[in-house]
Amino acid sequence: MSALTSHATRTAVSVTGLRKAYGDKLVLDGVDLTIAEGEVFALLGPNGAGKTTIVRILSALIPADAGTATVMGYDLRAEAGAVRGVIGVTGQFSAVDDLLTGEENLLLMGRLLHLPATERRARASELLERFDLVDAANQTPATYSGGMKRRLDIAMCLMGRPRLIFLDEPTTGLDPRSRQTTWQIIRDLVRDGVTILLTTQYLEEADQLADRIAMLDHGRIVAEGTPAELKRRMPGAHIRLLFAGAASLDQAARVLPEGTRDEAELVLRVPNGRGIRSLRDVLARLGDDVAVEDLSIHTPDLDDVFFAVTGTASKENNS
Amino acid sequence: MSALTFAAQDSATMLGREIKHSIRLLRLLIVSAIVVPVVMLLLFDYVLGGTIGHGLGDAARGAPYVDFLVPGILIMAVAGSCGPTAINVTMDMTGGFVDRIRTMPVSRGALLAGHVGGSVLRMLVATAAVTGVALLVGFRPRALVADWFAVVGIVAAFSFALAWLSAAIGLVTKSVAAANGLTLPLSFLLPFLSSTFVPTESMPAGVRWFSANQPFTAVVDSLRALLSGAPAGNTPYLALAWCAAIALVGYLWAQTAFRRGTR
Repeated sequence: MSALTSHATRTAVSVTGLRKAYGDKLVLDGVDLTIAEGEVFALLGPNGAGKTTIVRILSALIPADAGTATVMGYDLRAEAGAVRGVIGVTGQFSAVDDLLTGEENLLLMGRLLHLPATERRARASELLERFDLVDAANQTPATYSGGMKRRLDIAMCLMGRPRLIFLDEPTTGLDPRSRQTTWQIIRDLVRDGVTILLTTQYLEEADQLADRIAMLDHGRIVAEGTPAELKRRMPGAHIRLLFAGAASLDQAARVLPEGTRDEAELVLRVPNGRGIRSLRDVLARLGDDVAVEDLSIHTPDLDDVFFAVTGTASKENNS
Repeated sequence: MSALTFAAQDSATMLGREIKHSIRLLRLLIVSAIVVPVVMLLLFDYVLGGTIGHGLGDAARGAPYVDFLVPGILIMAVAGSCGPTAINVTMDMTGGFVDRIRTMPVSRGALLAGHVGGSVLRMLVATAAVTGVALLVGFRPRALVADWFAVVGIVAAFSFALAWLSAAIGLVTKSVAAANGLTLPLSFLLPFLSSTFVPTESMPAGVRWFSANQPFTAVVDSLRALLSGAPAGNTPYLALAWCAAIALVGYLWAQTAFRRGTR
């Protein structure tokens, strides 16, 4: 290894050519992924894209039909037991025991992880504290809100101090406030140096949390990169000029021939490749003669990216 | 620690969880495993017992009907726990719990071992409670100490067999309602189609053959002989053979279903 790469972060998850089919239905069609240690990696995609299947394969719940994967340095096929020892998984559906209290749920995890009794108790009360569940510790999850249940669920997967955590749609079905809390939990986990693979169908969530995003559609990764990279890849950045009438729109189109006219809306969209410099240029060329009703700067968001790479409206799939 | 120690430890943890579950669901469990058999005991002994007792003839061995009836009621106490066992297994499989366990370094068989162990405990407690009620309403066993050991052994073996069978049913059903429905033949139909309430000889021809040769009858007959102090002959061995066969089928079915359910 050269001096340059010796400082490179280690790989937490490495996946090549992952394929999975259920009968005739192809769910994963050759997925390649690399997740570095300590990063938050988001799998973004609509329902049925294959996100959960990837999580289930990587957490050794189901075997892949083809492909190889290493998780924290262990071969998924040959060393599944070792993989289970270093991961924590919170599935899409609540996996808390509804007949046990919050604290009992955590202690049960501790027992199954063979933690000594004192450590078990200490860790459980630490997690109850951290996830704001102290008051609910002696109640069964039947009395919990959706957000509390989700917090307990995540706390349970932290009992064993996993180095890699899979969160499958951690905020689906939560109210906005609980979603914010869950986001904060995820950010705190990252600060502790934990690697996180999360799946989400919310573009905003991936944008907020992830260091890198892979967009998944019909079992294939259609785009991958940091949120900024993905947005930059979009040609959608433009300055939107609104006019009061067709005459001023005509005038503007004459001085800005690179713009795209929208007659119905009386809008001219001028490509904005160089940020402020483009803006200055556009304003200078318009001069004082052309009356502009309104001006706005449109930066592409992940919605645009998703729309562009999948060719389907992601918002439709979200609902 | 060896894998075997881990497996034992994990199974004990899961058994502890099942015991806790049973305590939390006590009222429900009392109804299915104790109240139902006790109601059957009272109905058949007090309401129907007069006529049935007269018709028993030699089968009663000169004792009142209650002594004929109780051994069968005991297996109803065992079978009454089949539903809750299947339901508990179904709930773990259809909720996220089984997946959570499977993503952890927990020994494979621990979850089912806990369910089966918990089920056997529930069945034994229910049987003991029903025996107590039976003694209160006039059941007078004439079993010797050795007979009692045999009775406990057969009840335990029968519980173990039905627990595995119920666990398997819980693994193949997709809902609580289905788990409950599929265990009803075990807790209701088979006791009636056996020598529990009347001797199989008194039944119509087609039913008679089935009733005389099905496992519940073998278990009831052996318990009845042992509890009445009469020579039991080879009935205890036949009962134990049936229990072993059911346990084996239930175990293999459960293992296959568990593997398939977690593909």
